[in-house]
Order: sequence, then C-alpha cells, then structure tokens
Amino acid sequence: MANLSLKGVGKTYGGAQQAAVTGIDLDIADGEFIVLVGPSGCGKSSLLRMIAGLETISTGEVAIGGRVVNRLDPAERDIAMVFQNYALYPHMSVRDNMAYGLKNRRTPKAEIAQRVEEAARMLELGPYLDRKPRALSGGQRQRVAMGRAIVRQPAAFLFDEPLSNLDARLRVTMRMEIRRLQKRLGTTSVYVTHDQLEAMTLADRLVVLNGGRIEQIGAPLEVYRRPASTFVASFIGAPAMSLVDAQIENGQLLLERYLLAHVGNAPGPVTLGLRAEELRIGPAGIPMRVEHVEELGAQRIVHGMIGAQRLSVADGSGAPLSETVLVSVDPARLNLFDTATGRRSELRLTAAQAPLPV
Amino acid sequence: MTDIPLAATRDRRLAGRLAAWWRAEPASPAKRVQFDRPLTPWLFVLPQIAVVVIFFYWPSVQAVTSSFYIEDPFGFGSTFVGTENYRDALASTEYRNTALFTAFFCAVVTALSLGLGLLLAVKADKVIRGAESYRTLLISVYAIAPPVAGLIGMMIFDMHMGPLTQVAAWFGYDLKVGIDYWDTAVALITISVWKQIPYNFIFFLSGLQSVPASVREAALIDAKSEWRRFRDIILPLLAPTAFFLLVINITYTMFDTFPIIDVIVKDKPANNPMTLVYKVYLDGFKGNDIGGSSAQSVILMVVVAALTIVQFRFLERRVHYG
Amino acid sequence: MQKIKPFDHLVLILGSLFLCLPVVLALMSSTHGAVDIHSNGLYLTPGTEGWETYKKVLTHRGGFTGDVTGLLMLGNSLVMGLGFAVGKIVLSMMAAYALVYFRFRFATILFWMIFFTLLLPLEVRIMPSYQVMADLHLLNTYTGLILPLLASATGTFFFRQFFRSVPDELLEAARIDGAGPVKFFLDVLVPLSRTMMAAIFIIMFIYGWNQYLWPLLMTTDESFYTLMRGIKSILQVWVGSQIPDYNEAFALAVLAMIPPVAVVVIFQRMFIKGLTESDK
Repeated sequence: MANLSLKGVGKTYGGAQQAAVTGIDLDIADGEFIVLVGPSGCGKSSLLRMIAGLETISTGEVAIGGRVVNRLDPAERDIAMVFQNYALYPHMSVRDNMAYGLKNRRTPKAEIAQRVEEAARMLELGPYLDRKPRALSGGQRQRVAMGRAIVRQPAAFLFDEPLSNLDARLRVTMRMEIRRLQKRLGTTSVYVTHDQLEAMTLADRLVVLNGGRIEQIGAPLEVYRRPASTFVASFIGAPAMSLVDAQIENGQLLLERYLLAHVGNAPGPVTLGLRAEELRIGPAGIPMRVEHVEELGAQRIVHGMIGAQRLSVADGSGAPLSETVLVSVDPARLNLFDTATGRRSELRLTAAQAPLPV
Repeated sequence: MTDIPLAATRDRRLAGRLAAWWRAEPASPAKRVQFDRPLTPWLFVLPQIAVVVIFFYWPSVQAVTSSFYIEDPFGFGSTFVGTENYRDALASTEYRNTALFTAFFCAVVTALSLGLGLLLAVKADKVIRGAESYRTLLISVYAIAPPVAGLIGMMIFDMHMGPLTQVAAWFGYDLKVGIDYWDTAVALITISVWKQIPYNFIFFLSGLQSVPASVREAALIDAKSEWRRFRDIILPLLAPTAFFLLVINITYTMFDTFPIIDVIVKDKPANNPMTLVYKVYLDGFKGNDIGGSSAQSVILMVVVAALTIVQFRFLERRVHYG
Repeated sequence: MQKIKPFDHLVLILGSLFLCLPVVLALMSSTHGAVDIHSNGLYLTPGTEGWETYKKVLTHRGGFTGDVTGLLMLGNSLVMGLGFAVGKIVLSMMAAYALVYFRFRFATILFWMIFFTLLLPLEVRIMPSYQVMADLHLLNTYTGLILPLLASATGTFFFRQFFRSVPDELLEAARIDGAGPVKFFLDVLVPLSRTMMAAIFIIMFIYGWNQYLWPLLMTTDESFYTLMRGIKSILQVWVGSQIPDYNEAFALAVLAMIPPVAVVVIFQRMFIKGLTESDK
C-alpha cells in the first residue's frame, strides 16, 4: 500500500530525436485506481514501464511510497505487473508461476503456499493450480497473471492492457472482476489501456495522454462532460463527441448561420463540441439532413449534416424519421474549444435562454 | 606550438566520441529490455569465443600466411615466395582439370539430387495412403555417414561381384570403377546423389506442406491442368526453398563428398577423378606441399565465402519476408 | 477429391527402393560368409553367419596394435557424437544468450566474429588446423577430436533466432519476479528451449557421429578410433588380401549406420523440425 508520485518524468529513446514522454507530473493517492488512456504511441506504455523499472527514466523522478526508485531494479520496487500477453512461464504450473517471485525473494515455503492458496481461492483457480498455462483458457490465464501479481502483496499493481487479448464478453466480466479485486485489496493501481470504455468504467481518475503529454487528468465523468481539449473530446465517449465549426459574431454563437446561444466570448471562429445524447430531435430546432442511422436497440444514433457540418444525435424515441429532422440542444451543455489550439474555453452565456435555438 | 594542441584536441574529440558510443543505447536491441551487467555477458560468450579464436581464426590465418611460403622439404624453415604458390596452382593443368571436374561434379550432383528430391517430395505430398511410411523410408538414408555410403557404394560397384557391375555386363559394358576415369565418376555421382536426396526431400516436402490449403484450392478453381497448377502456383512458392537448397547442395558436393571420394579412390588418385578439396588434402598430407596446399585452401575459401554470402543475403530476405 | 494415383505410388516405391535397397543389401550380406559373398555376390536374404560375424567384429582385437575392437570404436563414436552434441548446445546457448539478452557494447562485433565461421568449413583449413592441434598437444585426445568441430556458428545462429522469438514480456516478468541473469537463464530460458535443444541434439549427434576426415587425421592411436576411422582402416587392410572380409566390412557399416538412422526414424518429427528450422 503506497502512494505514487511522478515529477517531470520524461523518456527519450536511444537514436530518437523526439521524446516519447515529456514532463509527466502525477500524484496517485494510496489505494487509487488510475487509468492511463490514449491512442497507440501516446507514451502510456512507456510511462508504465518506467514506473515498473523496465525502461530507464530519462528525466524526472518516480517515487513509490515516498521512496525514489529511479535507480532500483524492477524486483526492488515493490510492484507487480500484469502483461497484455500474460507472460506466464509456459513450463511452470500455475502454482509455480505464482510462487516464482516469492521464491526468489526467499519467502518461507509455508507462507508462499498460504499466499498462493489464498490468491487461488480469490480468483477461483483452485482446481487448476497444477496445470500448465497452455491447458488453460484465455480468461483463466488472465486470472493466473492476476494471481501472480496478488501473491506478491505489492505496493502497487501495474496493468499493461491486460484485457486486450480476450474476446469482448470476457473482457466485460474480467473488467468487473479486476475492479472488485482492487477494491477489496485496496492496492494502488495504474492501468494502461487504449479502450476508452475500459478506462471510463475502471478508473477513479483518468489520465488522458497524447503525444507523450498529459491532456487531462480527472474523474471519468468530469473528463467525459468537460473534456479539456478537442483531442479528449473525440477520444473519450462513444459515439465520439461531434466537433463542428461555429462562429461567434456580435455576442451570438452561430452554427452554419443558425443561432445557438447568446455568449460573452470574444468574436471569431470556434470549435463546438456536442455530445450525441445532449442533442434532441424534436418539433423545433435546426434542420439536419439525415444520412445514416445506427440502430443500437435501446436507442439509435442518427448521423446527419447541418450545412457542411457532420453531427451525431442519440435518439430514444423510435419514431419514424423523415429525411430532415429538427435538432435542438441546451446551451449550458455546449462545449467550446479554441479552433487554433484545440483547448477548451469556457462558454459564457449572457442571457437565460430556452433550450430551443434562436 | 600549434601542432601539439591540435593533436590533443583531436584526441580528446576521439575519446569523447568513443565514450559517447560506449554509453549510448543501441538503436535496435534484440530485446526491448536487456540485462545491463558489465561482466556476466562475457562469462556466457567467452567459451564460444575461445573455441572460435583457437580453432578457427588461428588456423585460418596460418593457412593464409603459409600460402605465401615454400616449406623446405627437409624441415629447415621456409622461404617467402609471394604469390608463387597461387600462380603455380592456377597454372598447373592438373589443378585446372580438378577444378573442371569439381564444377562438372557439382552441377550434375546438384541437378540430379534436387530434381529427384523434388519429384519424390511432390509425390509424397500428394498421396495419403502410406504417406508416413514413404517418408520414413526416404528420410532414413539421411543419417548414413558419407564413408558408410562410400563403402556400400564401393561394394555395389565392385568389379568382381558388385550388382551394378553385373547389370552393366548384361548390357555388354565393362564397368571398371577405380580404374577407368569416367566409370569412377559415374560411381561417385551415383553415391553422392543417393546420399543427398533425403536432405532435399525433407526440405521440399516441408516447403510443399507449408503452402496454404486455401492457395491450393484457389489454384484448383483457376487451372484445370495439374501440371499448370504445379508450374504456375506451387513452383514459384517453392523457389526460396529451392534456392536455399541450391547453395547447400553445391557446398555439400564440394566438401561433404570427401569421404565418399576417399573410400572409392583410396589414396590412389592415379587416373581417378577428384575434387578440389580432396586435392588440398592429398597435396598437403600425402604430398607434403604445404605452401601449395595452403594456396589451394585460400582459393577454396574465397569460393566458399562467396557462396555463403549469397546464401546469407538470401537467408536475411527470408527472415524479413516471412 | 483426392484419387489414388498408381503412378504416384510407383514413383515413390521406385524412389524408396533406390534409397533403401543398398542398405538392405549391406544388412543382409553382413550375415553371410566372406567366401559366399565373394563367389555369389551380395545377398538380399538373411544368412546364418550373422551372429559369428558381429561377435567377431565387436570383440575381436585387431588393427596394428592388436587391441582395437568394434565395441571400442562404437564407444568412441558415441563419445564423439554425444560430446559434440552436448558441447555444441552448451556453448551456443550460452553465447546466444549473451548476444540476445544483454545490453552489451561488443555484441555486434562478437556476433560477426562468431558468424564469420559459417563462411569456411573445416575442410578448407584442415592442414593448419592439424598443425594447431599438434602444437597444443591435442592429437589423440577426445578434446582434440571434439573441440575444433565446435568452432562453428550453426548452433549459435539457431539459438539466437529462437531466443529472439521468445516474447519480451517473459524476461520483464522474470525481472519483476526478481530473477537475475543466471537465474533467468536456468529457470526460464533453458526449460523453455527443451524442444529446440532436443531437435538440435539429434542433428548434432548425427553430425558428430558421422565425422570422417577430422578423426582420420587426429587419431593415430588406435584406442581413439571411431567407427568411421575403422572403416578406413578395414579398407586399407584389403589391399593385397585374397578374399577381403566383405562380411566384416558390412557388419561395421551396419554398426556405424544403426544409431543415427534409429535416432532419425524414432525422433522423425523433431528431427525434421530441427533441420528445417535451423537451416543446417
């Protein structure tokens, strides 16, 4: 049990001109579940591997439980890691796989046995303890990898995309199981994934990474509702937030010449972010040309165009759609981004308004 | 006054570069994570390096050096003669004849053993019933040592009671292996081909079996004639294997046939064909012409090195493209 | 879909006959007397003198010193085959481990140094190699028989390829589990390579067992003779004898043939895997 602290951590690979990771500052509280999320190549794995000690830290400092670990071997950092391909030792039984790290640390035999039994019970692996990994299913292997981490009773769990080799159904079950176990053990965890849904459902706090930098840190809902940049807006949430070009002229926020809200922001072009579920199809609003409908069962996603701008609207009504529908939005739920930098700028509404446009 | 500081700067710059090279992480390491210990890798690699240095580099360097000397026949030192040994070797008709025979031998043995190996592999790949038994029978000869092959061959070509000599006699031909130049050549070629077929068979068969079933099925739809399917689809896919085997077979014929030749020719090269390697051995050990033999060795080294480099380039390609 | 095609089977049967008939001839003829062979030619059916012949070949003391037996040569061949195979696997696994798993400045240089040996087979440097062995007083020793043959990179090349294909995460997991270089090698990599080691072992055993030229030069002391060397000397004795001991020569050939052929036939799958994946 420990807190983790990263100060100005960066990584430059040998031979590379650009840094893979730059200036990461992050404080992780004891028992917190942190998810590092971002597209491939964003530096999330490098960051995790630096915490684990599998990569050297080029700049900055990593501390685990108040102890700076930059120069320590992975085995001395008091962490456990779960790998994407599980990295089980193929020639060892499940029991030996879990016990190997403890044996190397000269833990007494009786204690090893007891810890392995306990982890096996927790993960329902009891009947498989004497099997080799190749005799197990994907989900079971995943559990063994978890067990190997648990028996070490480390200060922190590190997960490197541990679910991406599983099929979709199993992924959902294992996701819940990981969260349940982590809550029960109360061990600080850092989890890397490129799957935003996994990130949303698991995290106490999300860290969204892009190009080796942190784009946003926050609780899942906060990141979802108030993305700090267009990158976060398009990365978190499915369907992705619609980003459209809009104008502010004379205190009016205009989308393709339709008035959306009265605002106090500086005039000029802006990028507007609209969540599908915040948009409503109704009797009044801006006309949208329907292009394509995705039926999801509980609701449908209507993709269409307002002028030259592409939008997605979630609709739960099930009513038949005409070629053009009228779309409206609550101005308080609009997300405004600076077109040049992509950063969020706060929307300043000037008058209380009805949720209808104009 | 200006010279010394300049040299010092240059040295410092060189030292700096060396230090940077020493510290830099390799651009493409074999593993994402590696151990970083100063001593341990040496302990692991040292035995192999020691063996290689003592038993490979030392003799190879000696071969090159002594090719430039003539050893005194009575053992009183040696004289530096420059490239004379090379010129002697290349000028002698005997050497040229041996080289010509080696080339002929390589071409015939390679062509025959590749062709027969491929034919058998294609057939073994097609049949279902008895496929395992055929494979076992065809492979087992691989393990027979060349001198044993030579011995058995010698008996079969024996002038008094060899079955093949008798067969030749029915056709009115008097087969005189060990005495007649071309009769001996025929025996050498037959035995060498016999010994090499299993090797080619194994590789061709595994090459054929790695052709995906979907490709065969697609070919079945696209081409009616079996021969066309083989020529247009299967053969191009086997080309990498065939090329690899080509190089291997040439090296085989040049070096690994030594015991076969030794058993058949039995140190009596009088009127018998032989290969360049056998001549190196005869001149060096039987003729005591160390300089001449070394020069021949070095010439062979160049030929083999060229062949192997061709093979390496190819291997590299194969590694890259799967 | 597939029809039985008589022609395919005919080709295969002819091929099998061409390859196996000489072996059968040798095996069967070894069970007949030398005089019978001399007057009747080779046999395709078993004879009655096999027991006598093999007993004589295995236990009869012969040669120049009069104390070399077939059994002794069999033993020496075994030492040669096993020693070479084990030595090759140990040396090349260790070297490949150093080259793949260590951040190691000289890795590239050493790699080329080892792999350059693939360029030149022993035969082209046989004279100076002999000289070196004489200088090191290794003539007529097992060390001298085996060590120089180890100076080639085939095994190292193969294990290097194999180690590179082992998932990176395994080493990472082992490091987190607190395994150092030696522990990782012994606890994880060696057990993981078992199949590969077996495949390589088969090929190298056959290679060592079948060595001819090197033992021919290296051993003048008959107590170090291998079966291959024995074949050479039995042929030398023939010159000048009235009726050569055909049966004994065949028996010796059969003895020299059985172990490697048995290994190939029994471990066929593993052998093919080793051969086609290591590219010799």
